[in-house]
Amino acid sequence: MEPMESTPPVVQIKGIRDGLLVTFADIPWGEQRAALMQQIHEKASFFQGARLAIDVGNQPLKVNDLVDLRDWLSEQSINLWAVLSESPTTEHTAQLLGLATRISKPRPEENHHVLDGVPSDQALFISKTIRSGTRIEYPGTVVVFGDVNPGAEIVAEGNVIVWGRVRGVIHAGSKGDRSVFICALDLSANQLRIADEVSAMLNPQKDPKPEIASINEEGKLQAELWHSGETNIRK
Amino acid sequence: MTAKVITVTSGKGGVGKTTAVANLATALAMDGKRVVCIDGDIGLRNLDVVMGLENRIVYDLVDVIEGRCKLKQAMIRDKHLPELYLIPAAQTRDKNAVSPSDMVRICNDLRPDTDFVIVDSPAGIERGFRNAIAAADNVLVVTNPEVSAVRDADRVVGLLEAEEKGSPSLIINRLNPNLVKNNDMLSAEDVLDLLGIRLIGIVPEDENVIIGSNRGAPTVGDAKSRAGQAFRNIAKRLQGEDVPFMDLAPQSGLWSAIQRFAGRK
Repeated sequence: MEPMESTPPVVQIKGIRDGLLVTFADIPWGEQRAALMQQIHEKASFFQGARLAIDVGNQPLKVNDLVDLRDWLSEQSINLWAVLSESPTTEHTAQLLGLATRISKPRPEENHHVLDGVPSDQALFISKTIRSGTRIEYPGTVVVFGDVNPGAEIVAEGNVIVWGRVRGVIHAGSKGDRSVFICALDLSANQLRIADEVSAMLNPQKDPKPEIASINEEGKLQAELWHSGETNIRK
Repeated sequence: MTAKVITVTSGKGGVGKTTAVANLATALAMDGKRVVCIDGDIGLRNLDVVMGLENRIVYDLVDVIEGRCKLKQAMIRDKHLPELYLIPAAQTRDKNAVSPSDMVRICNDLRPDTDFVIVDSPAGIERGFRNAIAAADNVLVVTNPEVSAVRDADRVVGLLEAEEKGSPSLIINRLNPNLVKNNDMLSAEDVLDLLGIRLIGIVPEDENVIIGSNRGAPTVGDAKSRAGQAFRNIAKRLQGEDVPFMDLAPQSGLWSAIQRFAGRK
């Protein structure tokens, strides 16, 4: 066992504009968590009422992990508002729980490998209904097998494909890619956006048919009925 | 006996959570079950008023948690039903006086000799909501057939799913069949279509509910009230019985009156 001074601290806490940011050494989640709890016990008055963001590196965290931590923190009057991670599992978990996954200072982008346009091999697949208050952000294509309810948002740098009904807000090509599309079995969304084009509100249809929205030659965002063979024309 | 802990929540305020808790608890107790209600709305308590027990409160939930009294001492017995109890909320504290683990502990203490523990959740999705659902085995989401209430209910369903509490059941409260018929109100189908969860009851709008709440006598006790009937049916369904849904078609004309008369069992 080496003396404590020579190893980097397990938990690092620094003040950021939005509260406190906790970063951990690369050790298992159980140890990270225990170390954070110990810090909080030792400096209870410092943490009292704090807004906490944690950066858990590449740990894949499940719902239970984050719920336990959040509830424990809330018992200490600490508000966990953001979880930063390179693990898609953790990001997804945090989004489901309504926690932020970005803070005002953006994370270094080198982990995302976003080259020009959309990484064609990267898609997020979600097999459930996206309910009100949920915001899904993804640096690629998002595929939803389920509905997107009013009050839900999907922000994707690539395409958005919904096998279900869209009644929330969809923003495809969020980093400015105008070649992407949004398609759904029923596209009666509150609002659609591709890059910086915004659609007018679409009226719910009595007898919904699959539709695809994209930016047409005049540079306007337009939704039209989907016909088989469409994808060939597009390519 | 091992109690089932049922939490009643909604997201939006004013949709009838507290009324639903008082009515369901009373209906279950009328069926001979031993029922404890917990008012989870610390700081804004009102389940005691709706149940007509306001002037009997000595100790409350926070007193139990902070060890000033025993659990039994905070359990107020109903005026009419000997197997119905209320653990009131503290009026002078806030939600931070209770933690999710406190709720789990109290519900576990109640489980051995109770059939149902019914927790009334505060509006919102913050600390009080998390306290209320912490111990829940089943969650009932109450909504009104209004766009804003349904959207909040959707949010709550999403949070419950994220917390792996399982899929909740839905109570659609204050449905007005006449307004639905004229397309002036969302229908039960519209609400279910969006939320996609199991329906456990539709409660029609009924002024007896307001009268009952103000008198501290839940409507289920009134055999003639349609809302009371709806709550009695939900209570049966909570006990695992298969009760058909009431016919809520607008009541007008002689023929429908005859049909209703003939259809009544």
